[in-house]
Amino acid sequence: MSGGLTAKPARHLHTSSLLAPSVAALFLWMVVPLAMTLWFSAEHYNLLNPGKTTFAGGQNYRDLLTHRALWVAMYNTLFLVGMVLAITLILGTLFSLLLEQDFPGRNICRLLVIAPFFVMPTVSALIWKNMLMNPVFGLFAWVAHSLGFSPIEFFSRMPLLSIVVIIGWEWTPFAVLILLPALHSLNREQMEAARLDGAGPIALFRHIELPHLLRPMAVVAMIEMIFFLSLFAEIYVTTGGGPGLASTNLAYLIFRDAMLAWDVGRASAGGVIAIVLANIVALFLMRVVGRNLEDLG
Amino acid sequence: MEFLSRPRRTLAILASAALLGWLLYHPHRRPELTIATVNNADMILMQQLSPEFEKQSGVKLNWVVLGENILRQRLTIDISTGSNTFDVINIGSYEAPLWGERGWLVPLDDLGADYEYDDIFDVVRAGLSYQGRMYAAPFYAESSFTYYRRDLFQKAGLAMPLQPSYEQIRQFAERLHDPQHGVYGICLRGEPGWGQNMAYITTLVNTFGGRWLDLGWKPQLTSPAWEEAVSFYVDLLGRYGPPGAITDGYNENRAFFANGNCAMWVDATSAAGYFLDPSQSRVAATTGFAKAPIAKVAKGAAWIWTWGLAIPTSSKRAPVAKQFIKWATSRRYILAVGERFGWLRIPPGSRKSTYEIPAYLAAAPFAPLVREAILSADYAKSSALPVPYAGIQYVDIPEFQAMGTEVGQEISAALAGQATVQQALELAQADAERSLEGRSRK
Repeated sequence: MSGGLTAKPARHLHTSSLLAPSVAALFLWMVVPLAMTLWFSAEHYNLLNPGKTTFAGGQNYRDLLTHRALWVAMYNTLFLVGMVLAITLILGTLFSLLLEQDFPGRNICRLLVIAPFFVMPTVSALIWKNMLMNPVFGLFAWVAHSLGFSPIEFFSRMPLLSIVVIIGWEWTPFAVLILLPALHSLNREQMEAARLDGAGPIALFRHIELPHLLRPMAVVAMIEMIFFLSLFAEIYVTTGGGPGLASTNLAYLIFRDAMLAWDVGRASAGGVIAIVLANIVALFLMRVVGRNLEDLG
Repeated sequence: MEFLSRPRRTLAILASAALLGWLLYHPHRRPELTIATVNNADMILMQQLSPEFEKQSGVKLNWVVLGENILRQRLTIDISTGSNTFDVINIGSYEAPLWGERGWLVPLDDLGADYEYDDIFDVVRAGLSYQGRMYAAPFYAESSFTYYRRDLFQKAGLAMPLQPSYEQIRQFAERLHDPQHGVYGICLRGEPGWGQNMAYITTLVNTFGGRWLDLGWKPQLTSPAWEEAVSFYVDLLGRYGPPGAITDGYNENRAFFANGNCAMWVDATSAAGYFLDPSQSRVAATTGFAKAPIAKVAKGAAWIWTWGLAIPTSSKRAPVAKQFIKWATSRRYILAVGERFGWLRIPPGSRKSTYEIPAYLAAAPFAPLVREAILSADYAKSSALPVPYAGIQYVDIPEFQAMGTEVGQEISAALAGQATVQQALELAQADAERSLEGRSRK
């Protein structure tokens, strides 16, 4: 090796001092808001009673943890994440398989399938609420009427499922966006060989295409989970978290504490609990995904 | 390293210098006011008329126009943290006394003798005051009453009394409910929120003889009056209302009624002008008006709400802001709107003299009812039982936003059939007690 002992530490010093500003900025970026949230969560701090801020200890956490709203919201959060993940992965895979086939108008079809992802969440929620699911004006109500059924009151009867449908519609294109190119990169000769060996379409999917897709699916699951844990716009626009608490998730609960009760302390405590939950879910997901990837490797 | 060629660099330096100079110079040319208002039709008109004020006074106005909920959030954060973003803010009779008490607003008692304070309805002024000092100037005020379709009533051989009882309303709704033809017996607010379903439900509870809190500030949501009122509401709206009513707030119901989908609607008087305008409503020729219905007692059956203009104490341009507020809430402004845009579009309810304008009375057949409703409203005594709070369709304490909205959520669950009224009210009671816990800590 050339260079010797004197050169190496110098080079080392050089790069770390170049990196330091960015690392410090990123560290502060993360730590300052986190520290402030932790600090506020230990205070009785209400915006409408300024100057009356006092130390609360664990009172905010105790308030939250002993009230059913938090547990309902936690369940709803996990339900939303789980359901929409399942829907987008399954539909995304099916659409990808379909759109991978060669047929006339394939490019236009691909474009149309991917389009919903580029509609803003508030806009698509409004369209679903007022133009599709509305029991008086909506398209579904019109269909039900013309078939002789009475229209379904989506947001009263099945608020959480309605939201799952809306978000599934928005995010399936994202799964397609990742899975379709992945499918495209599959080695054709391998498929050919399997077919010659007598594998049917189901066996092909089960033993070649699905294993090939597992890695991009993991990516989809990870990215989607980050967004689904903090879903807000669709709930705010359609159900406002109700009826009752039926469609309140953690993000919406925090919003309610912060923007209606103006209780910065309790909202911060809710935020800390949300961080803990996100980490638990992420850890769980990483384990599952990581093991799968290792199996493959 | 040569980043730009020399001529280009010279150009860039010159351009930045020019920009800097413009930035430094420009804002000081003439006084400016930043105004935050809600996006209601009356405020949009104010914005359209404001060039006249700019011409008169030489003041430049910057407008921030937002939806009611977003505006309220924006203003609350702004004012409670003392940042001076706005010089004039648009707040309601819920905020004005609370924020006045905290010293966040500039008192507006010195707008001059020509402002004609005596012309303002007493109850409107009281709603914007704390301890006798007015903290917001009334822009317009509304009460609530009953809208009904005269053509449908006539066809069914029914007659709407001037002051219906809720029992009559239920019978009318039953007779006129015809969902096959897109007509629902009654429309009411179902969307949860302290300013949405709870505004209406609170007036209903008042007229059933109930109250939010007893004199010891204890919530009364499981009392018989609440149970009776909420059961009535759930039954009436569930049976004879439009499907999916829990997502319908003021705007949705207004659209239903204007479109001819409702036989009756009990809501804000401020929608009346809209319904009488044939370019916006299909029921312009057939809309009738009656007082807000009564169940047991008349007290608190109709609400009163005022939108006012106020100045945060953090504003550095309070004298100029006062000029603007004086202009926008004056008698002359009301006349100017009437002459220019038509009498149905004037901001109503704030001044007594409005109800003496012959042209307005001719254009707005509902005006005497509105005047009567405003005159009979009493902020301090909204219930037949004694109450420690002010406000008719709300409780004027900071905790009410959260408390009202949580209770509204529980009641919407009952309306959706996901809980019984008893269950919903028990949960609501627990929520309300929790909301008020902070109050006892103070």
